[in-house]
Amino acid sequence: MIRTTPFYERLDPMNRTGLYGHWSGYLSALKYDMSAKDEYFAIRNSAGLFDTSPLFKYWIRGKDAERFLAGVLTRDIRLCRPGRAQYTVWCDDGGYVLEDGVFFRHSETEFFLTAARPNLGYLADLVGRLDVQIEDVSEDFGVLAVQGPRSRDIVATLTPDVAELPYFGLRQTKIGSAPVTVSRTGYTGDLGFEIYVGTDDAIPVLDAVLEAGAGRGLRPFGEEALLMARIEAGLVLIDVEFGSSRLAFNDHERITPKELGFGWMLRGIEADDRPFIGRNAIRRELAEKTSRWAMVGLLVDWQHYARLYNDAGLIPPKDETPLSYESMLYDDDGNRIGYATSLMYSPMLQRHIAMARVRPDCATLGARVNLEVTINHEYQTVGAEVARLPLFNPSRKTA
Amino acid sequence: MSKSREYDAIVVGGGHNGLVNGAYLAKAGLKTLILERRHLVGGAAITEELVPGFHFTTFSYALSLLRPDIIHELDLVKHGFMPILMASSFAPMENGDYLLLGPDSDENIHEIARHSRHDADAYERYEHDMARVCHAVKPLFDKVPPNLFGKSPEDLEGMADLASHLRGVEPKVMHDLIRLATGSAADFLDDYFESDIVKGYLASSGIIGTKVGPFSQGSGLVLLYHSMGEHDGNFGAWAFHKGGNGGFTQVLARAAQAYGAEILLESPVDTVITREGKAVGVALGDGTELKADIVVSALDPRRTFLELVEPRELPAELVENINRLRFQGTSAKVNFALDGLPKYPALGDRSDQYRGFVNMGPSMEYLERAFDDAKYGWYSKRPYIDGAIQSVVDPDMAPPGKHVMSCFVQYAPYHLKGSDWDTERERFADTVQATLESFFPGFGDLVLHREIVTPLDIERVVGLSEGNIFAGEFFAPQMYFFRPAPGWSQYRTPIDGYYQCGSGTHPGGCVIGAPGKLASQQILRDRSTKG
Repeated sequence: MIRTTPFYERLDPMNRTGLYGHWSGYLSALKYDMSAKDEYFAIRNSAGLFDTSPLFKYWIRGKDAERFLAGVLTRDIRLCRPGRAQYTVWCDDGGYVLEDGVFFRHSETEFFLTAARPNLGYLADLVGRLDVQIEDVSEDFGVLAVQGPRSRDIVATLTPDVAELPYFGLRQTKIGSAPVTVSRTGYTGDLGFEIYVGTDDAIPVLDAVLEAGAGRGLRPFGEEALLMARIEAGLVLIDVEFGSSRLAFNDHERITPKELGFGWMLRGIEADDRPFIGRNAIRRELAEKTSRWAMVGLLVDWQHYARLYNDAGLIPPKDETPLSYESMLYDDDGNRIGYATSLMYSPMLQRHIAMARVRPDCATLGARVNLEVTINHEYQTVGAEVARLPLFNPSRKTA
Repeated sequence: MSKSREYDAIVVGGGHNGLVNGAYLAKAGLKTLILERRHLVGGAAITEELVPGFHFTTFSYALSLLRPDIIHELDLVKHGFMPILMASSFAPMENGDYLLLGPDSDENIHEIARHSRHDADAYERYEHDMARVCHAVKPLFDKVPPNLFGKSPEDLEGMADLASHLRGVEPKVMHDLIRLATGSAADFLDDYFESDIVKGYLASSGIIGTKVGPFSQGSGLVLLYHSMGEHDGNFGAWAFHKGGNGGFTQVLARAAQAYGAEILLESPVDTVITREGKAVGVALGDGTELKADIVVSALDPRRTFLELVEPRELPAELVENINRLRFQGTSAKVNFALDGLPKYPALGDRSDQYRGFVNMGPSMEYLERAFDDAKYGWYSKRPYIDGAIQSVVDPDMAPPGKHVMSCFVQYAPYHLKGSDWDTERERFADTVQATLESFFPGFGDLVLHREIVTPLDIERVVGLSEGNIFAGEFFAPQMYFFRPAPGWSQYRTPIDGYYQCGSGTHPGGCVIGAPGKLASQQILRDRSTKG
C-alpha cells in the first residue's frame, strides 16, 4: 500500500490535479496546479513549499560518530562544525560514487543524515567496534522545504532566530509549541529553508507556515517544478546524473566524484592523512588524470535553435519540462564527446540549458559542442556553449 | 552641463524603443546619449509607487510582443529580465457565470464545452490556425520593411525577398492572413465559434488600443497583431514582468548603460538642429545644445516630423501624410489599490482566476455597444475592461494581503463631444468602477486608492499624440510599407542623419522593441556605407 507523508491530509486538498508520483514509497505531488511553470515562478519570485518528507533520515550518534563518518564519507566531515550542514557523497573502494546526502551536525557527537535511498544496512555494517549508534528515523519526521526569495521573511515570522542563519546553517528552535530543526538548505538553488518536524507536530507546523506565507505568494509546488529548479541550480539527481556504483553492471554505469563535478569536495586529499573509502582510487584518478568525464553546464545557441526549427517550418518549442532521456553531444567532426543528462528550457535564463557530461578535453568554458535534437523525426545538432554550473546562481542563495 | 558636448548618436525619448535603440547603438560602439523629458525612463512602460507599498503600472501593463532576439542580443537576463507566466484568463459574464481558461489545454476543453460543446474543439483549430498565420508573419516583424517605392538595388532585393517569403506561405495560411488583415474580428471568429463568451473573450484582442469595434473591418488586424506576441515560444501568451513594465524598462536602461550609453533625465528636447538638410544635434528646452551627427526620435510621428523639426523643411507629401495620420486614442486606464481580492460569487473563495487577465467583455455585442458610444464622441456607458491583479502574479507589487489592479478601459475617445476629459475624469472612473461592481459585488469596498488615466493624461504625461497607445492607429493604411508614411517606413527621414525609432514605425506599438532595434540596424548600415 502506498504511504502518505505527515503533511498529506492538509496538502492533498490543495492539489487540484490529483497527480502524484511514487517517491520512496510515498505519494508525492507532481504538481498542485495545472501549470508546473506557475509553481516554478513561485520558487523564483516569491516562495514555494515542497513536502520532502519521503527522504530517508538517520541519526548517527556516538563518541566516535565523527571518526566513523570521516572514514566513510568522501568530503571531510570534520570540517563541518556543530550547527552546520554538509552535502557530501560516499564512494566504494573503486572510487565510484555510491550515493549522496546531507549531514546535519547537531553537536560534536550527533549527526542527522537525509538521503534519497536507504542506507542503514550499508552504514551499520561499517561501524565495527566504534562507539556509533545509527537509528533509522525516516518515519519520525516530516520535512518541509520553503524555498524562494521570500522564504526568509516567511520562516522568520515563525521563528525570528533563523533570520541570520547562514547558508547550510541549522538551528533547533520552535514553531508554535513544536520543536523543529530549521536549516538553510534546499534543492532549488535559491534562498531557502528546510523545516524538520516530528510527525505528531507536522500539521500544526504546516498550518503555521501556510498562514505566514498567506499574502506573500507562498504556494505548494510539486516534483515537476522542483526538477526544473534543480537543473538551473546544477544539482545532480540520483538515477539521472548518477547511479549507485553498488548497483551497476559495469563501469559505464559508474561515476567518480571528480567526474560528477565534485572536484571541490576532494581538495587537499593528496596531502590529507584521513583514510576514507575510495581514497586511494580517487588519489590515483587525480594523479594519473584518468577521469573519463567532466560535468559541465550547456547554454544552447538560441539563434541556431530558432533557425533550425523555423527552417523546418516549425515554431521553436520552448518547453520547460526536462527531457527524460540523454541527448548526445558531438564535436565539429561528428565524434561523440559526451551527453546531456538533463535538458530543459529555462524560463529564468530564457534559453535551453543542460547539465552535461563531456570528455575532460572538451570541457573548456566557452567551448562549442553540438547537441543532438530531433526535428521532423530526424536527428540534427544545435550548437551549445560549455558553461560553469550552476547556470542560475542568485546572490540571495548564499547571502 | 557643457555646451560643447558631442556624441555619435542622440536618442530623443527614453521610452522602451528609445532605450532599445540606444542600447544597440552603444553596443556597436557609438557614443550614445538617451534624452528623457521626465524624471524616469520607460515612456508608457513605467511602474510607480503611488501609494506606499503599492506599485502601479500606470500605462502599459503586460509583456508579450517583445522580440525574443532582443532579450539575448542585449543580454537582458543579466540585468534582471524576468517575464513571469500569466497562468490564467478569466472572463466573467453578465449572468454570473464565467469562462476561466488556464494552462492545461485539456481542462480548457471542458471549460469551453460548458458554454458550447461545438466550440471545445473549434478552439484548438482556431489556436492552431492563428499560430500558423503568426509564424508566417513573424519574419516580417524582425526585418526592416522593404521600400515599395524605391528603385535602388537594395529596395528591389527587399521586395524580392518579401515576395519569396510570401510565396512560401501555404494558400490557406495566406488567405487567413488576408482575411485578418482586412476584415473584422467578428467575421473571423464566427467561422469557428458559436458561444458569446468565447467570442467576446477572443474578440477583445481585436479592439485593444484601436478605435474599432469587433464588427468593424480592421479589427481582424488588431486581433492578429495581439496574437503575434509570445511568451517562451507560445504565440498569444502574455507575461508579467517582475516589477511591471517599469521593471522591464529599468532592465533596458541598465543594459543600455552597461554598453556605455548615457541617459539624461529631465532633459526635454526642444528641437533637432539641422544644417543644410543634415541633423547636427539637438537643443534642449533650457537652450543647451548637444551635438551628434545621428539623431533618433523615439517620439511618435507627429512629434518626430511636425514638432522636433520644421515641417516646412520636409517634402510636402510627407507632411500631408503625417497630418492625416490617425491617432484618435480611445483607451484609458483606471488602476486600483485594493484592500483584498475581489470576490466572484460563482467561484466562492477561489482566487486562482486572478493569475492572469480578467477580461470584462462577455460578448462581441457587449464590445460593439461599448464602441457605439465612442463613435458618437462619448465614453462607453458600460465599458470593456481588461483587468489584471498584478500583485497575485508578483506579490512584490503590493503589501501582503493587499493588491494592485490595473484596468485598461475602452472606449474613451480623446475628443469628447460637448465636454473634456478634465471635466469628466471622475465621472468616467465612477462608470468604470460601477462596471467592476456589477461583475464583482463589493468591489467598491475594497478600493483604497484609484488612479485615473484619461487619453489626455496619456498625451500630457507620456507625450503620445491624442493618447494613442500605439503612436498611430493600427489601420492597414498605416502599417508596414506605410508606417508612418509611404516611402518613410525604413526609419530614415528626409533629413540626413535624422532617424525615427518609435512605435509609430514598423512593426508598431505595444512593448515590442523591434522599431528600436530595426532602426539601429538601419543607422549602422547607413553609417558603414558612408564609411
